[in-house]
Amino acid sequence: MKPLRTSGTVLRAAKALATASLITLGMHGSASAEDFKIGIVSFLSGQAADSFGVPAVNGAKVLIEAFNKGKAPAPYNKPGFGGMNIVPVYVDENGGATKQVQELRNLYDRENVDVVVGYVGSGDCLAVAPVAEEMKKMLVLYDCGTPRIFEEGSYKYVFRTAAHGAMDNVAAARYLKGRNFKVNTINLINQDYAWGHDSLKDFTLSMAVLYPEAKVQADQRPKFGAGQYGTEISQLMSQPADITHSSLWGGDLQAMILQSAPRGLFKKSQVVLTAADHVLVPLGEKMPEGVVLGARGAYGMLAPKSALNDWWWNLYQSQWNVYPVQAPYRMAQALMGLKLAVEKAMAANGGKKPSTEQIAAALAGSEWDAPGGRVKMALGDGHQAIQPTAIGRTKWDAAKKLVVLEDIQRFAAECVNPPANMKSEDWMKAGFPGAKCK
Amino acid sequence: MTLLLTILIDGLTYASWLFIVALGLTLVFGILKILNVAHGSFYALGAYAAASLVGWFASMQLAPELSIVAMLLAAVAVAALVAPLCERGLLRVFYGRDEVLLVLVTFALFLILEDVTKLVWGVNPLYVSEPYMLFGTVDIGTLSYVGYDFILVLVAVVVGYGVWWGLNRTRIGKLVLAVIHSEEIASSMGVNVSRIYTLAFAAGIFLAALGGALTAPMISVQPGVSVGVIIVSFAVVIIGGLGSIPGAAVGALIVGIARSSAVHLMPVAELFSIYLVMAVVLMFRPEGIFQRIQARKI
Repeated sequence: MKPLRTSGTVLRAAKALATASLITLGMHGSASAEDFKIGIVSFLSGQAADSFGVPAVNGAKVLIEAFNKGKAPAPYNKPGFGGMNIVPVYVDENGGATKQVQELRNLYDRENVDVVVGYVGSGDCLAVAPVAEEMKKMLVLYDCGTPRIFEEGSYKYVFRTAAHGAMDNVAAARYLKGRNFKVNTINLINQDYAWGHDSLKDFTLSMAVLYPEAKVQADQRPKFGAGQYGTEISQLMSQPADITHSSLWGGDLQAMILQSAPRGLFKKSQVVLTAADHVLVPLGEKMPEGVVLGARGAYGMLAPKSALNDWWWNLYQSQWNVYPVQAPYRMAQALMGLKLAVEKAMAANGGKKPSTEQIAAALAGSEWDAPGGRVKMALGDGHQAIQPTAIGRTKWDAAKKLVVLEDIQRFAAECVNPPANMKSEDWMKAGFPGAKCK
Repeated sequence: MTLLLTILIDGLTYASWLFIVALGLTLVFGILKILNVAHGSFYALGAYAAASLVGWFASMQLAPELSIVAMLLAAVAVAALVAPLCERGLLRVFYGRDEVLLVLVTFALFLILEDVTKLVWGVNPLYVSEPYMLFGTVDIGTLSYVGYDFILVLVAVVVGYGVWWGLNRTRIGKLVLAVIHSEEIASSMGVNVSRIYTLAFAAGIFLAALGGALTAPMISVQPGVSVGVIIVSFAVVIIGGLGSIPGAAVGALIVGIARSSAVHLMPVAELFSIYLVMAVVLMFRPEGIFQRIQARKI
């Protein structure tokens, strides 16, 4: 009988917890007619939480608070969204694409959110986009990098407010060329999933245009979360190339740096990391100097000087005691673009809360200033953003006790993103026709 | 020749930590007949505990060399605190039941421990890379290796010999062997089987935690580290033969060298190489290299 009593106790405890959770959810999730409810989906647990999910959500929290209090600078200074209080509902992206589809339906049907802003994983983005479209609900993808969403599909209710991954690698290749790096040989180490494969393809295509003589030697594709890279490092070092390219991120990237730096990889080859700004703080002094580094946008240390960026940087840093890196920047530019679109649609709707169709129409093809530069919804029939980016090189600043980026080169959005009438792969293969690099 | 040497060195260093972890897995199976799916979680607990303890040693400004002691203490702490709790509090209830049920119970334990690590240490990664550079670097040919990797090989040899010696040359080891041979006869001869089970489980968990603790300086310790290691550890013990110590050693070497060869010669086949080797071994030795076919006990 003892186990039965235990089960009963556990059940009662579970019921009490469930009731408490519902009350709590109700407290946070309730919205009045004058509220604007946003579902925010990102990794709150799992391997992408620390590098991308949690910083992005932290960015959303401080920015939404500032919006609601009307403390953001112009043109974002109206309280909330056009006076409507913003009510966020945070959901964990961890758990796979099938779970995300269900969570997205829950957000629209049960939580009655007006818009969902979310998704880091490319697989998640590809899975949820058709669902939002089918439900005729607005979805703003803020982070994922795969170009396939708007190059292989057409949407009315789905938007992506950040450039896709091709930009990172085109910019890295242009940086190497612009700085006159000698590149005859290339080694690659990228994760064995969609992001890694897309990155190495984009980089090699870009290098084929700018360095037609360069040859790829090693092409390492460790599995996601491999952790140990000793053998891969041996192989990269046994035939060192002029440059070693990697799109590794998060814990994988940090482990690779920690294991390869003592073995001299960074001295034998010029390492190019296309999505690495988020490891600068945790690695600190252990980050090798002179690494060519991108942040998937002009974010963090690569952000351009502007009043908006200063405000955003201070807002985030004062709350979280660390400066913002790429993930919160992308979240901020999504929420800023959405805010302007809602307010524009609201104005056109006589000051009343706009419909999903009106918000979608206002966001399509729009432009706005974000902390990382001006965002233009220029691709995918006005649903896919392009933006400027920057690449720099790492240097340890002993006085600041911080890794800083120097020798920064900025690239206009039209220089490193394909034009509206071309797919990114075709654009790279054709030698970047129509690119405007000044 | 240089390539062959590089493959062997990389294979050996990869096999070393894998052997330590797989040895714990095979020990638990050999004695308790439990295929412990939660073994990877104990590896993760060891890594987290080591990261915390090494960090604490550093904050106390103790000599960096003592971080090795901290890692060892972390593994001991996991084995002493968590293993008895799991074995006496959960697994014991299911002894004598179907082995498949025990697999499911350890899977449940794996899920519980995953959340426990998140509750205790959060989702942010921990770093303790200082011990990794304690032994400098070693140049072999044109390549440079971190001395710590070779220390791991040494530790693996010592641990493997220690376990063999403990089982074959000590009184407690002989009691364990008696329990392995026949639990009922051992029990009727006055052996405290229950105590042997607890000790054996703790020893297996210590090895998993030691593997995690020794790996912690090389990686970022974060949620999810338990998953990869358990899959590859299973491959090792299946190749070597479940419950066999020499099998774990040879299995780890085979997996290490197969993976190393693939990474150097055909990187896209890295994961495939491990399972290809496993499939080939199972085709000719379905019970594993070092496991003898046994008559089923009715």
